[in-house]
Amino acid sequence: MKPFIQVQDAEMVFTTRKGRFHALQHVNLDVQRGEFITLIGHSGCGKSTLLNLIAGLLTPTSGGLICDGREIAAPGPERAVVFQNHSLLPWLSCLDNVLLAVESVFGGKETPAQLKVRARAALELVGMSHALHKRPHEISGGMKQRVGIARALAMEPKVLLMDEPFGALDALTRAKLQDELLKIVARTRSTVIMVTHDVDEAVLLSDRIVMMTNGPAATIGEILDVGIPRPRVRVELAEDARYVAARKQVIDFLYTRHAHVEQAA
Amino acid sequence: MVSAAFHTPGDATAPAAAATDADADADPVSRPAANEATMPIEAPRPAPARTPIDWRGIALKVLPPVISLGLLIGLWALATMKGGGSFPTPAATFDAAVQLFSDPFYRNGPNDQGIGWNILNSLGRVGMGFGLAALVGIPLGFAIGRFEFANRMVSPLIALLKPVSPLAWLPIGLLAFKSANPAAIWTIFICSIWPMVVNTAVGVQRVPQDYLNVARVLKLSEWKVITRILLPAVLPYVLTGVRLSVGTAWLVIVAAEMLTGGVGIGFWVWDEWNNLNVAHILIAIFVIGTVGLLLEWALISLAKHFTFEED
Repeated sequence: MKPFIQVQDAEMVFTTRKGRFHALQHVNLDVQRGEFITLIGHSGCGKSTLLNLIAGLLTPTSGGLICDGREIAAPGPERAVVFQNHSLLPWLSCLDNVLLAVESVFGGKETPAQLKVRARAALELVGMSHALHKRPHEISGGMKQRVGIARALAMEPKVLLMDEPFGALDALTRAKLQDELLKIVARTRSTVIMVTHDVDEAVLLSDRIVMMTNGPAATIGEILDVGIPRPRVRVELAEDARYVAARKQVIDFLYTRHAHVEQAA
Repeated sequence: MVSAAFHTPGDATAPAAAATDADADADPVSRPAANEATMPIEAPRPAPARTPIDWRGIALKVLPPVISLGLLIGLWALATMKGGGSFPTPAATFDAAVQLFSDPFYRNGPNDQGIGWNILNSLGRVGMGFGLAALVGIPLGFAIGRFEFANRMVSPLIALLKPVSPLAWLPIGLLAFKSANPAAIWTIFICSIWPMVVNTAVGVQRVPQDYLNVARVLKLSEWKVITRILLPAVLPYVLTGVRLSVGTAWLVIVAAEMLTGGVGIGFWVWDEWNNLNVAHILIAIFVIGTVGLLLEWALISLAKHFTFEED
C-alpha cells in the first residue's frame, strides 16, 4: 500500500540572529492511513519541527513532504493541528471557536444551520456540550484542550497533528483525555501524528513510536512497532508483557543510548 | 521597532496582582495543602447567614481621599485667612462657582459666554481633532504593525516628531489654515495621533503567533483574519492608545486656546487672568480636572467592555 504521508530526506535549517541552527537532517518517514504515530525525543530534538513541517507551518530547507499524493506546501484544514497551548481565540465562545474552523472548511457548501450542527457534534464528541457558550478563560485547561481537539476534528481532517496536546495538563486529566482520544480515534479512524515526551502516553496510544536522536541535526533514531492489539485498556496494560517490553525499549533508547546532556546555555 | 506607552492608573497594582498569580501557578500544591491545614480549625465555627458589610474596607477606601481633600482646603483656608491679598478664600471661590454654574449657558457677545459654552466648545475641538487623528492613526498603526516595510519607513519619522511639543505645531496650523479654530484642531490632531499609531502598531506586532498559526491552518481569508483575529486581539491596545490620546488632547487644548482665543475653557482662563479674577481661574482648574477625569473614566469603562481574558 502506498503510504499516506511521506517524509523524504527532509532537512531543516533555521537562520536565527545567533546564526544557523541545523534542526533536522535526513528525516525519512512513511505513515499509513489510519495509523497512530507518536514522535518522542528529548526537548530540542526537533520533534515539533517535524510536526510543523507536516502541518506546512514550516517549509523544509531541503527534501520533500507528501500527504495523500500531494506535496505539502502550506498549512491547510486537511491537516488539522491541535496546539500545545490550545490556542483558542479568547474572544470567541467554545462554539464560535469550533464554528470558525467549520466555516472555513464547509462554509461554501453548507447552510449556517448545518455548520452549527457540525460544530455542536464535534463538541459533543469531546464531551463539551455543556460549555458551548463559555469563553476559553471560563473553563479549565483540560476542557480547553478538549475544545482544541473538537476544533481539529470538526474539520474532518485527513490527518490530525497533535503537538504535545496534554503536556500542560495534570496527570489525572491527561489520563482521562488519553482514554477519550483512544475512543475518538477508534470511532473516526483518524490518522494521527502526535508529539510527546511521555513514554507511557506514547506506548498507550501509538501503533508506532518514532524515536528521535538529540539535536542539533536530529534525525529518526529508531521506530518501534508497538503491536498491542486495540482496544487498549489502561488498567490491563499495566501488567501486559508487550506493554512493559515496549516501554522498556523506549526508555532504553531515551535514557541509555541517547541520554540528553543538558547544555550550558 | 516602536514601543508602547502604557500609563494606566491601575498599572501600579497590576504587577503585584501578576506576581501573586505567578506564585499560585508556580506552586499549585502548597495552597490546597495550606487550606487543608486551616480547615479543621475553621470548620466548627458556624458560617454567617450573609456576608456582613465590610465597614472597615469601605472606610479605608473612602477616608483617605476625603482626608487629603480636607487637608488641601484646610491649608488653602489657613493661607488665605488674613484676607486682603488677591488670592480668594475657599468660601469666596465656592460662592463664585455657585454663581457661575447657576447660569452656565448665557451669551453676551462672542467674548462673554457661560462656562458651559466654553467647556462644550473645547470638547468640540478635542473631539474633532481627536476623531481625525483616530481615523488616520489607527489604520496607520495597523499598517505599521502588519508590514515591516511600512514600519521601517514610518518609525524614524514618529521617533522624530513624537517628542515635539504640540504647541510648536500651532504656527504651522495658523499658516496653513489662516484661522484660529482649525489651527487649534490641527494641534490636537497632531499631538493625539502618536499614542494611537504607536499602540495600535505594538498591538498588531504582539498578536500571538499561535493565533496566526490557527488562521493559517484554518486557511482563513485575509478578511476573516482581520475581522476575527487581528481586530479583537488588537482592540485593547487601540483603546489604550485612544485613552492616552484623549488625555493628551485635553491637556493641549487649554494651552492652544490660550494662544488662539475664541470661545473655550483655555481662552476663558486667560480672559479671567486678564480680569484678575483668580477665583474663576481656580474654578477653571477644577473644571478642567473634572472633565479630564470623566473622559478618562468613560474610556476606561469602554476599554473594560472590550478586553478579553487571556487563558
